[in-house]
This record gives sequence, C-alpha cells and structure tokens, in this order.
Amino acid sequence: MLETTALACERGGMRLFSDLGVALQAGGLLRVRGNNGSGKTTLLRTLAGLTRPAAGSVRWRGEPIGDDFRREMLFLGHAAAVKDEMTVSENLEFSSRISCLDVAESKIRDALECLGIVRLADLPARYLSQGQRKRAALARLALSASVPLWLLDEPFSALDDEAIARVSALCAAHLAAGGMVVLTSHQDIPIAAADARAIEMRG
Amino acid sequence: MLQAYAFIVRRELRLALRRKGDVLNVLVFFIVVASLFPLGVGPEPGQLRAMAAGVVWIAALLAAVLSLPRLFAADHADGTLEQMLVSPQPLLVIVLSKASAHWLLTGLPLALTAPLIGLQYDLPTDALGVLLASLLIGTPVLSLLGSAGAALTLGVHGGGALLGLLVLPLFVPVLVFGAGAVTSTLIGINPSAHLSLLGAFLAVSSLIGPWAACAALRVALD
Amino acid sequence: MASRLLQFATPQAFFPLAGKLVPWFSVLAGALALAGLYVAFLVAPTDHQQGESYRIIFIHVPAAWMSMFLYVVMAGWAGLGLALNTRLSGMMSSAIAPTGAMFTFVALWSGALWGRPTWGAYWVWDARLTSELVLLFLYLGFIALKSAIPDPVRADRAGAILALVGVVNVPIIYFSVQWWNTLHQGASVSLTRAPSMAAAMLLGMLLMALAAWMYSIATALSRVRSIILERERDAEWVRMQRSAA
Repeated sequence: MLETTALACERGGMRLFSDLGVALQAGGLLRVRGNNGSGKTTLLRTLAGLTRPAAGSVRWRGEPIGDDFRREMLFLGHAAAVKDEMTVSENLEFSSRISCLDVAESKIRDALECLGIVRLADLPARYLSQGQRKRAALARLALSASVPLWLLDEPFSALDDEAIARVSALCAAHLAAGGMVVLTSHQDIPIAAADARAIEMRG
Repeated sequence: MLQAYAFIVRRELRLALRRKGDVLNVLVFFIVVASLFPLGVGPEPGQLRAMAAGVVWIAALLAAVLSLPRLFAADHADGTLEQMLVSPQPLLVIVLSKASAHWLLTGLPLALTAPLIGLQYDLPTDALGVLLASLLIGTPVLSLLGSAGAALTLGVHGGGALLGLLVLPLFVPVLVFGAGAVTSTLIGINPSAHLSLLGAFLAVSSLIGPWAACAALRVALD
Repeated sequence: MASRLLQFATPQAFFPLAGKLVPWFSVLAGALALAGLYVAFLVAPTDHQQGESYRIIFIHVPAAWMSMFLYVVMAGWAGLGLALNTRLSGMMSSAIAPTGAMFTFVALWSGALWGRPTWGAYWVWDARLTSELVLLFLYLGFIALKSAIPDPVRADRAGAILALVGVVNVPIIYFSVQWWNTLHQGASVSLTRAPSMAAAMLLGMLLMALAAWMYSIATALSRVRSIILERERDAEWVRMQRSAA
C-alpha cells in the first residue's frame, strides 16, 4: 500500500540515499536502522510528505501522496509537539482534533491511561520530564487505531522500560489489526509482527 | 474546515491568555514609540496634529514587525507546526487562522488604542474616527502579508531584522492610504477614497499573503 | 523544440553556452554605450528650460527602466523555478538581482544629482524617486533573504516566493506613492517629463537603454556562470573541467 520507487534525498547538497525502493502491505512493520546522520529521519519525513525527494516518488494506494494520504497517516517526529502552556490533556485534545480524530473526554483519558500518565492529565506540560513529555506525545497512538499508517521517528528514545513495553504493545496491536508501522530506532525493541522488515541506512 | 479554523483560533487565543506578556509588550511598545515623537520634534500642536497619523501608523508597523517573528516560531520549535503540516487540515486554513489570531491579538488592540494616541496629538474628533477606521481596515494587511514574511524567515539566523526588511517595503501602500485618510480629513477632503483603496489592498493581500505563507512554510519545513 | 530548450536548462549545458554569449553581449553593450554617450553629449541640443543638466536623463531613464524591468524578469525566473523545479531558474534570479539593485541605485544617484541644480536639493521625495527607493529595498530584501538561507535549494524557493509577492506589490506600491505625492503636492517638474523631446534626445535615450539591456544580459550570464560553478563544484563535469584547465 505504501511504496517508494527510486527514491533519493539530498540534504544541503549532499546525497543521503538514492534508488531506495520499499513496499509495505497491511500488517507490515518496517524498521529503519542506521547511524546518526544516515538519513533515517529524512526518509521518514519524505514518506510523510514533508521533505521533497530529489528524485523518485512515494505512493500510497497506488497514488502519489497528497491530501487524502494525510487522512490515513500519523507522523510523530523528533519534537514532541507538546505546548508548555497547555495541560497534558489539552495538548492531546488539540493534536487529535487537528488530525480529525475522535476527541471525547473519556477517550482522551483512556489514551493517557494507556501510556500511564492519566494522573498528569491536568498538569501544564512545562512541569513534565523528558520521558513524560514523550509519553504525552505518544498517547496519540492510542487514539489512532483507525489511522492505517504510523510513521514514528525514534518512538522509544527517552522512554523507560515500562513505557517501551506499552508503546511496543500498541504497535503490535495496530499491526495485528492490519495497520502499518514504519519506525526509526537504534535500539532493537521486539515488536510482534507477522511481516517485519528492516532496512539499514548507510550515510 | 470552518470548524478547524475556529478551534485553531481559539487555541491561539487561549495560549496568548496564558502568556499575556507577549501581547501586552507589543501594545506598550506601540504606545511608547508614539509618545516619543513629540519629545523629538517639540510640542507645537499644529505640527503634531499634522504628523499624528503618520506617527501612529509607523508605530503600528513597527509593533507588527516586532510581533511577527513569534507567529510561527514557537510552533516551529516545539514541533506543532510539523504536526499541522502533516495533518489532514488544509494548510491555507491553518495559516488563515493563525493570521486571524495574530490580528485579534495585535492589530485589533493597536487599532483600539490609536484614538488615545490621537488625543495626545490633539486630533479633532472626526479625524480620530477615521484613524480608528483606517487601522481597523489596514492592520489585517499587516497580519496577512506579515504571515508570509514570518514564514519566509522561519528558522533563519537573525530573522527578526530580516523580517522587517522584507515586509516593511510591502507595507508602503497601507501606510500611504491609512495615514493619508486621516491627513485628508484634516484638510477637509472626504477620506472615503483612501479607505476604499485600503480595503482594496486588504483584498489583494488576503489573496497573496496566505498563499505565500503556505508555500514558505512548506519550504521552511522541507 | 521544448525538449531542446529544456536541454539548455540544465546548469551543465548552460555553462558553456553562457560563456560563449558573454563576450558578444559585453562588446555590444560597450559599443552601444559609446554611441549613446556620443549622441547624448555631442549631438543632442541643449534644453532651453533645464540647460545642460537635463543630459543626466540619458543615464537616469535607462537605469530606471532597467531597474523595474529586471525585477519582473527576476521574478519571472523565480516563478519558473518554483513551478517547474528547474535548478537553473533560481540561479538566474540570483544572478539578475545585483544588476537590478545596481541600476536602481544608479537611478537614485543620478536623480539626486539632477535634483540639486533643478530643485535646489538632492532629495525632494519626488514620486518616481520614492518608488525607486522602495524598489531598492525590495531588491535588498530579496538578496538578504537568499543569502540568509544556507541551503541553496531552499534559498531559491524562498526567494522565489518573495519575488512573486514583490512583483504583485510593485505596481500597487508605485500607485500608492503617486497617490501620496498628489495629496502632498510634490515636486512639479519631474525628471522623466523631459520637455519637447528632440529626435536626437530620443535616439540617445534608446541607444543608452539598449546598452543597459546588453550590459544586464552580459553581467547576468557571467554571474550565473560563477553561481553554477559554486553550486556544482562537486559534480563530475565541473571536476573534469577543473582538471582539464
């Protein structure tokens, strides 16, 4: 469903990768591995339609990615997109609404529960630790079961073992339900998947 | 789409309410700049009356330029802007709602304070009304064209001064028509031609400003 | 036809072509300028109203024309680059900008020199000079934005957006300044309203305008060559050229 053909990306005039072809079907997990600066994040941002490829194309359901694609995709980048001035639940509510997700209050609390931060729901995000902030951002996953494609940039960084287990369980459940996950990571976190693949980026 | 527009504007207002300083500082800056001019040129009432509209408008332009870098910078830094770009919401709606919120938080307060400054400069009542009207029509242009400038300089080193260099020349028609409306009232000419031209320029900038801002945001986050 | 044109749109193909064209346009520019200056100073009659000082229009008017025209050309290249994603277009707009800014500055400078004997002051906020001044700011903004963004591809695209916004605004700014001038009763003698244009004056002006054109093309082409070399310094064909030299 998601496929790239002869994809190439440049950063500041330097070629990061070229002639990259990946294809992902329903239930498929793709791990993107590689050293710092090898182009993992760039690849993910290109798949999300943020970065324009220098050559090649990204296709979703056979079509070049466009407005419809963004309805069926969740992208969580390096930055948590969590506002200091707003509470944890307000943050989650905004990020879900902007993604056209259901934002009933009970669902927000369930999602926070799922990441183990429901007791922080009404705390302004400026008091969160790095890991808690990451959890607040990842709570979106619990609301995004209906979104087929998840693109996650370093979802496990700054997380403790317990949170890692929760996030990998969410990913596994998503894959089991026919979703797709692409993630970059330099740790090898086990995720149960029928169709798991990995690509190694060499910068 | 209207729903998205409304909730993004509401969120911007809520955020501003939780850091009131940002909004208030711009307003105080505007008042301070406008109040410095008589200290520089002397208190002669006739001279002050003649330059009042120009002073108010230039102070408003400077205040707008001062406030614009923050339009996208905070959202850019914490990743919210990235989330907005990958969201299913049309980017144009996002830009328009951010520009609208910017106007509500800077343009509108500036316009409402302007008559007070007009009083300091001994403007007659009818000119005060025209001054208010010109700012109400003209300040949205600052938010609309300004959003393009803010997006173009996003993440650029030393973006603040550069932003001024980019947008201030584009604001020339606003200054001419806005201040001209008040000046013509003072010399007994009907200001409606000036205000209509200001309105026409607002229409043009509401087309090109948001378009340019969308294109520039895509470039900035590439 | 279109594919043949696009063939020259790659920096690699354009580089030698530009190199061949530069001397031709430079020679033409020099010859036309010499002829133009000859007509301007030795053939054209003295103006009965403004005396000899009017002769500065032979520099001023072509410079003012070029300054506006080059902004439109620059925005055209920039827009082309944005729409078709061709690398050369952004380089061309970068190459044109300094020449345009230079002509704007020449128009302002010559206008001020003319203003001194005519109005008694170097600067009197004449509508045309004021628009030229704003145009200079627009050029400077374009150049500053491009040089502030380190990644050339991003700089080209951001500059293109700015140039397009600018080109829509230039007529509006021009009109607003005219409007402002009538409200405030500006200078009544304008530099470009040269009284009763004699045929020799017209000829001199045309020659100088053509010279300015050729000069602009020559400088833009030679500057774009430098930009191509700088940006493509790691490309295979540049390395080969360097080792051949």
